[in-house]
Amino acid sequence: MDFSFTDEQSMLRDTVASYLADNYAFDARRAAIKSEAGWRPEVWKAFAEELGILGAPFSEELGGLGGGPVENMVVMEEFGKALVVEPYMGTVVIGGGFLKHSGHGAAADLIEKIIAGDAIFAFAYAEPQARYTWQDLKTTATKDGTGYVINGQKAVVIGAPWATHLIVTARTGGGQRDAQGVSVFLVDKNAKGVTTRDYPTVDGQRASEVTFENVSVGVDALIGPEGAGLPLVEKVMDEAIAATCAEACGVLRRLQEGTVEYTRTRKQFGVPISSFQVLQHRMVDMFIQLEQSISMTYMATIRLSEEAHARAQAISAAKVQIGKACRFVGQNAVQLHGGMAITDEMAIGHYFKRATMIEGAFGSTDHHLARYEALSFGKAA
Amino acid sequence: MNLDFSPEDVAFREEVRTFIAENYPKDLRAKQDSGEPLSKEDYLAWHKVLAKKGWVAPSWPVEHGGTGWTPTQKYIWSEEQARADTLAVLPFGVSMLAPVVYTFGTEEQKAKFLPGIYNGEVWWCQGYSEPGAGSDLASLKTKAERVTGDDGKEYYIVNGQKTWTTLGQFADWGFFLVRTDPDSKPQAGISFLLIDMKSPGIEVRPIITLEGGHEVNDVFLDNVKVPVENRIFHENQGWTCAKALLAHERSGIAGVARSKRGLERLREMATTEMSDLGGPLLSDTFFKRKVAELEIDLTALEFTELRTLAGESSGKGPGPESSILKIKGTEIQQRLQELALEAAGHYGAPFLHNLGHNANIGPSYADGVAGDYFNGRKTSIYGGSNEIQRNIIAKMVLGL
Repeated sequence: MDFSFTDEQSMLRDTVASYLADNYAFDARRAAIKSEAGWRPEVWKAFAEELGILGAPFSEELGGLGGGPVENMVVMEEFGKALVVEPYMGTVVIGGGFLKHSGHGAAADLIEKIIAGDAIFAFAYAEPQARYTWQDLKTTATKDGTGYVINGQKAVVIGAPWATHLIVTARTGGGQRDAQGVSVFLVDKNAKGVTTRDYPTVDGQRASEVTFENVSVGVDALIGPEGAGLPLVEKVMDEAIAATCAEACGVLRRLQEGTVEYTRTRKQFGVPISSFQVLQHRMVDMFIQLEQSISMTYMATIRLSEEAHARAQAISAAKVQIGKACRFVGQNAVQLHGGMAITDEMAIGHYFKRATMIEGAFGSTDHHLARYEALSFGKAA
Repeated sequence: MNLDFSPEDVAFREEVRTFIAENYPKDLRAKQDSGEPLSKEDYLAWHKVLAKKGWVAPSWPVEHGGTGWTPTQKYIWSEEQARADTLAVLPFGVSMLAPVVYTFGTEEQKAKFLPGIYNGEVWWCQGYSEPGAGSDLASLKTKAERVTGDDGKEYYIVNGQKTWTTLGQFADWGFFLVRTDPDSKPQAGISFLLIDMKSPGIEVRPIITLEGGHEVNDVFLDNVKVPVENRIFHENQGWTCAKALLAHERSGIAGVARSKRGLERLREMATTEMSDLGGPLLSDTFFKRKVAELEIDLTALEFTELRTLAGESSGKGPGPESSILKIKGTEIQQRLQELALEAAGHYGAPFLHNLGHNANIGPSYADGVAGDYFNGRKTSIYGGSNEIQRNIIAKMVLGL
């Protein structure tokens, strides 16, 4: 049993932290998310070329740094502290995850492009009717000669406006909510029949409603087995959730530390408001939530390598803790900052917005509680 | 970063599991199972087996009898004890007083007191709280005045009242906080004294708690004569010892392994008990959710404790972060007790204290759950209330 980081992992953290300190100050981020593009391609280029972090979780044979989930955790936690919007999650964690685990023929080439910063992925899984049930799919992929024709609509595809490639879940068989019949496809975003309606999200990201109208893809677009892709989706989703938990730890730390700092400088009744015990205890409870969240993120990240049942149970447990912490710490950070927290010019509100969106990302607290119950209690319940 | 157990750890688990199975006193097991009250000898039976084996005090420095186990081994040890439902070694000597003695005591004091603690020959009790000094412990009033005895030796004459002294009715010796300088600031005038409970002038009176048990006591001290050499550390600097002791008291308080066992029992109960709709209680939407949330909370605490243990192995003693373990650990213990009482339904009500626990009223798992619940309210109050723990974190960790 070991909870320490290797020298390489600590170096990775320092590299990311120091780059973000120099290039990702709050005002620079605020200007970028308000710009037409909504992100900074030059930052992405620096991630690829200057920092080399887009290869963090890939093996050295593939041109990566030889890491895995712990490296994703380190990067995402630092990204959380700076509220990075660039699409590491969609591209490296999710796109990279599908390519690594599926053994897809083009995986090595595409991972090389990811590492170089040339391929950007977005994951089109959600559908308007489906809430957090990944296999609830109206999108279909119909066999057509040697390839498939995809039709359907995907909801709130994070990072799609910037993507070169979409990873799409679609039904190749079975009924709308069946576990069987789920397949995963890799689709060029410029393919004929793909249309997007792009928009900003409340937490400074960009997303699209994506429509597929008779989109023809070759047989090589299939990632993983036809009709039996759900276990692969769940595995990659669990990796994405672990990375989201890590991001949340960064966000929560800034919320907690920022609140302590603010209450020490803000004076009312002639004294810093941090001297009031009722506020001190609230901040201690925020700190405990942060510590418990870090513990659960470590636990979940380490257990990603276990078999599907244990992995899923660990991930859902972590997401429940993170979801509760995001709400408690976020709301109380705002409360203790007073009116200032709900102005756009103060960073704290932006961390609150991200924390709130993380609550629902890849399944709400209630969703993961129900998933945990099913896994932990089984037939007894 | 990994959760792997090395082959040595796996072998260690096997070794301690076998040792417990083969050596746990059978009479004690029978009494525990039937719920019979335990005698002084019962409380010490397992302690003495462990002392012979050399496993009474894994956390002590090796030179005083510690085992030198890794944090992983200590974790395995506590898991296996909980799994076998062993009676916990009483904390007063081993976990609370001993660290003060080996940290602040003289060589003579170490030689005099540590072996008795280790071997379970001397039963220790705690004289900290007073009727007027609970959370504000430093306001304690029990007075110790220095005098020269007829024999020419130096003594303290101690007068006052201590309270909440757990299992003091069995104690041979007690460690007491007393005021030796009434004129300085509250924390600056306190000394740490070891007092023989057979000394003339000491009276121990029982306090009966809600579930009918006699666990805690009042201790009255009336002109009790204590040799000066029984003071640990400098006169008027006992507060330093008091704080160190409280940090050690907190670190074992999370009780993760025992709560995991408690959770298993709760799940067994909720599989047998029926819900209003007819299936097992564990299939009830609301009850199931409460158990799931508790289980997740306990997992978070477990990993927070493991992170703390990993930090301690790198040389740090228990720090103010151990207050997190105290707060969360006791909240979880209390939540377990709440849910067990809920699960028991009607049979939470029978009060079998005077009938003996083999009264066979209702299912055996319901026996005592109400008592545990009422008694368990103490956990968020003792060892520094959970509100005091928040003060400690605010000051020592957050710098407020």
